[in-house]
Amino acid sequence: MISDMKPEDIVGDYREAELAFYDGSRRKVLYTELETPYPDGKLIVSTTTPEGVIRQVNRAFVEMSGYSEAELIGAPHNILRHPDMPAAAFKDLWETVLRGEKWQGYVKNLRKDGGYYWVKATVIPNVRGGKVVGYTSVRRKPSRTKVDECAKLYPTLR
Amino acid sequence: MTFLFTVSPDFAPDRLSGWYIFNTWLQKQTDSAIHLEMYNHYQQLHQAIEADKIDLIYANPYDAAMLVRNKGFLPLVKAQGQADEAIVAVHADSPAQDVADLQVNSRVAFTDDPDVRLMGMIMLEPADLDVGNIVPVLADSHVLVAKHLLKGEADAGIILAEAYDNLSGVIRKQLRVLVRSQISVIHHSLMVGPRLQARRGELRQVLLNMAADEKGGGVLAALGFSGWQAVDDEEMEFMIDLMDTLNT
Ligand SMILES: Cc1cc2nc3c(=O)[nH]c(=O)nc-3n(C[C@H](O)[C@H](O)[C@H](O)COP(=O)(O)O)c2cc1C
Repeated sequence: MISDMKPEDIVGDYREAELAFYDGSRRKVLYTELETPYPDGKLIVSTTTPEGVIRQVNRAFVEMSGYSEAELIGAPHNILRHPDMPAAAFKDLWETVLRGEKWQGYVKNLRKDGGYYWVKATVIPNVRGGKVVGYTSVRRKPSRTKVDECAKLYPTLR
Repeated sequence: MTFLFTVSPDFAPDRLSGWYIFNTWLQKQTDSAIHLEMYNHYQQLHQAIEADKIDLIYANPYDAAMLVRNKGFLPLVKAQGQADEAIVAVHADSPAQDVADLQVNSRVAFTDDPDVRLMGMIMLEPADLDVGNIVPVLADSHVLVAKHLLKGEADAGIILAEAYDNLSGVIRKQLRVLVRSQISVIHHSLMVGPRLQARRGELRQVLLNMAADEKGGGVLAALGFSGWQAVDDEEMEFMIDLMDTLNT
């Protein structure tokens, strides 16, 4: 369970949406049109449990998401879910990694302050002794052309 | 039995004697016969690994993945506080101010060091560049990558950050760094192969004590390291997973 977003955390004018997650929980999100550009040369890295609960984040993750490390560890990864992202993208993500394969895609993520950032994300299963013990995701700077394509395409998939 | 030790061919040339001194020190400390064999190119190194000749290796992260997954190697230690990073540079007069300014069919110079190339190619993605739409310019060393840029034979160059920082001031003045990676968690590791694995604990202890050892400190200085730090299996697995995600 993650708590609703709070107006006092938001920077700038915002809109509201109610997200329904796969596990049946819901969250009120507040989002703005402020984009944080992806920093050059950095990678955002996180690992999750097999259920998608965040276990580890690096400093770039903390900086870009706007949350503290303590707020992120133990939270489900959908704490970053942006209302503009089509549910089909994450369905595909989970189906792919559950088959033991690598998933790659362009993701618009929601910041704690209501803003957003685009990433090129790769998710892979962590196999230890033949068993999946969790997942790692690495995000890198996406090309503007790809982001523009996705920004056009995603709303039509929702 | 003589064990075979080798170092990933991306080491700085001025550290060559350092590795020989290190090997002598290690033989004394462990009372073992260890032969240091240096390969000039990855191709020769990979043939030796394939033929199961190597027992001890200071490996780059890319090879570490293959050594663990296919050859049963285990990590011992890494150099304290050091990480592998890469830069993308252009000629100082290049019109490109940002990676995104680089065009399709750009001539990109790099060495056959797979990690550095991987990190560099990732940094070129924001310009929609990939192996399919650049013109590769293969160079034998990072210095030669710089020279290709200076001579106008390449539009961009990918260089190990440490090697770039060690280029002469004269060369660096004529170049401009467009982007420098800040990954922090990718590093070289000293690893043991199957024939030496029974002595893993002993070897690691010797290495961890090295900085405090009377002669050890000087040997480390010759390598440009301040000390060794243990790498456990899970840290290595994590780095391999990371390399895997990047290598897509
Ligand atoms: C390793 C890993 C990383 C993920 N990273 C993100 C992310 O950055 N942003 C995001 O919205 N969802 C991410 N997800 C997917 C979420 O777990 C979740 O499926 C998604 O936010 C949609 O929520 P829902 O599945 O609860 O409906 C990630 C999943 C995994 C396994």
